[in-house]
Amino acid sequence: MYAVETIDLSRVFELKGRRILALDGINIRIGKGEILGLLGANGAGKTTLVKILSTLLLPTSGSAYIHGHDVVRDAKYVRGIINLVSGGETPGYGMLTVRENLWLFSQLYGLSSGIARERIEMLIRDMGLEQYRDVRMHRLSTGYRQRLNLARGFINDPKVLFLDEPTLGLDVINAKHMRRYIRDWVDADGEERTILLTTHYLAEAEEVCDKIAIIYRGRIVAYETPLALKASLSDGVSIQVELLSNRTTKGSIVEEISSRDGVLACMLVPSQNVVEQGDHGGNARYDGSIDGLTRLRIMLDDDSKIPDLVSMLVMNGYRVLSVRRDQPTLEDVYMRYVGSMGNEES
Amino acid sequence: MVMGDLMLNLKAVYARAYVRLKGLLREPHWSIAEVTIPLLSLSAYVYMYTMLGAPSEYMAFVVVGGAMLAFWSNVLWGMSAQLYWEKETGTLTYYLLAPASRMAILLGMAAGGALNTTLRSLSILMVGTLLFPVEYNIVEPVALLIVFLLTVTALYGMGMLFASLFLLYGREATHIADLLQEPIYLFSGIYYPVLSNQILPYAVRLVASIIPLTFGIDAIRLLLIMGKGMGDIMLHIVGLSLLIIVLIPLAYIALRRMEDTSKRHGRLTLRWQ
Repeated sequence: MYAVETIDLSRVFELKGRRILALDGINIRIGKGEILGLLGANGAGKTTLVKILSTLLLPTSGSAYIHGHDVVRDAKYVRGIINLVSGGETPGYGMLTVRENLWLFSQLYGLSSGIARERIEMLIRDMGLEQYRDVRMHRLSTGYRQRLNLARGFINDPKVLFLDEPTLGLDVINAKHMRRYIRDWVDADGEERTILLTTHYLAEAEEVCDKIAIIYRGRIVAYETPLALKASLSDGVSIQVELLSNRTTKGSIVEEISSRDGVLACMLVPSQNVVEQGDHGGNARYDGSIDGLTRLRIMLDDDSKIPDLVSMLVMNGYRVLSVRRDQPTLEDVYMRYVGSMGNEES
Repeated sequence: MVMGDLMLNLKAVYARAYVRLKGLLREPHWSIAEVTIPLLSLSAYVYMYTMLGAPSEYMAFVVVGGAMLAFWSNVLWGMSAQLYWEKETGTLTYYLLAPASRMAILLGMAAGGALNTTLRSLSILMVGTLLFPVEYNIVEPVALLIVFLLTVTALYGMGMLFASLFLLYGREATHIADLLQEPIYLFSGIYYPVLSNQILPYAVRLVASIIPLTFGIDAIRLLLIMGKGMGDIMLHIVGLSLLIIVLIPLAYIALRRMEDTSKRHGRLTLRWQ
């Protein structure tokens, strides 16, 4: 029996007479003790899948099971063995303290006073919330609110925990703490505990997940271990190119390169800086450039294409500062699968 | 299993009520405003009746009406709109994720709200009694307690029904709450007796009886001010009991339907709709 299983799961939304296919025949099987990372862009279907699995939404067709129990027919049982934590959500009532909020949620699962008290203290300690135990929730910083939210997710010691972008908006330290806790929690009882983690952050998925599924426009386009996914790119070459240019339309370089023969995917590597456009500083653009310097990550099917690519860039007015060959990363995997799907459909 | 479910739901009722009661203790300044504002409104009516030379019991009618009005405000804004606001703030998801029954959550909200508002209502009654020349004539205190409990139960049953409907209709619900607020002053006789006199046409009085507040205030006035007993308020007791029998199962059905419809259309946790 799988911890989570979906069979041809689909979900259609009706919006102003339009039919939007949010999930299209999803088939996944997550074993007990696994952490599955679900990667996908905004609107890819990640949250819709999590909502169906956590009984908050009905599927249009297909079926889904948690520990063998149908999420529609046995919804009440399923609710007792799952929990969900979404990033950026309010973790409870602002006027209640950390401890009171956790107690409130423990009671919704019928925990006895003794077990509730013990678990609340354990979670407060594990989440580093000791000094905020009796502080009202509205006085907590974003990071500590999210720690409280995560503690709430563990309050019923769920068999399956859904984490929907749990590190959204968190600083590096809080995000790292959360990732470490998630991994340790599953490893502490790998026979019973399972996590489905949706994220935009590829490094996060690579760090904590046993398997990764890439979802694109409601379909699973890749589903493997991170190592196997990276190995699947052995036929390709990943390079990073640094360019200098006076051209103002940097966006078009990606299209130019992507359309070339032998290029599997191309993307701008975001710099640490956000370049503000215009005098008013109103429209910030995350375009991977600093003072004309542009970094590109390019997947090629063969390294013999590199010289031609560099020639093309030089002829187009770019000064190529460096070309570096990289080991494939999860980012390359994502680019390859999602990029190729995008090209197919365009 | 049944025992386990019962315990789970009782814990959920208590936990949800706890939030309401903690709110009262943590933010007492709200209570001051909620006691003072109705007192200001009812003062205007007391002075008007005094100026017109109305019988002295009319002052007591107004004070009792003002005290009971606190329940209606709480049912509308603290109960009916609550699930909707829980959705907007994100806490509704946590209730829907849990195995506790949704009715237990609503019951907890109602119990907490009723206890909270009873304290506020008693404060209005006490301050009103101290400020104005009000006299009470209680013959059967037990009957008074029964009518009060029936009224509050029926009122919060209506609140539970509204809570489901408001959640389904989203933002429009706040307009419905607005719409329901003012007419109640007229139809339920907050500041004047409506059932025991013939001022309003029969049809209007009949419609007004659907609102538990109408029966409740009239019966409480009869028992608290007019020196009447159980025998004189049997119609009120039957009316309130019928309302409870109808409203609470209706709330249950509406809640089930709301949840099913929302899950079907994906609106259950979608905000600002």
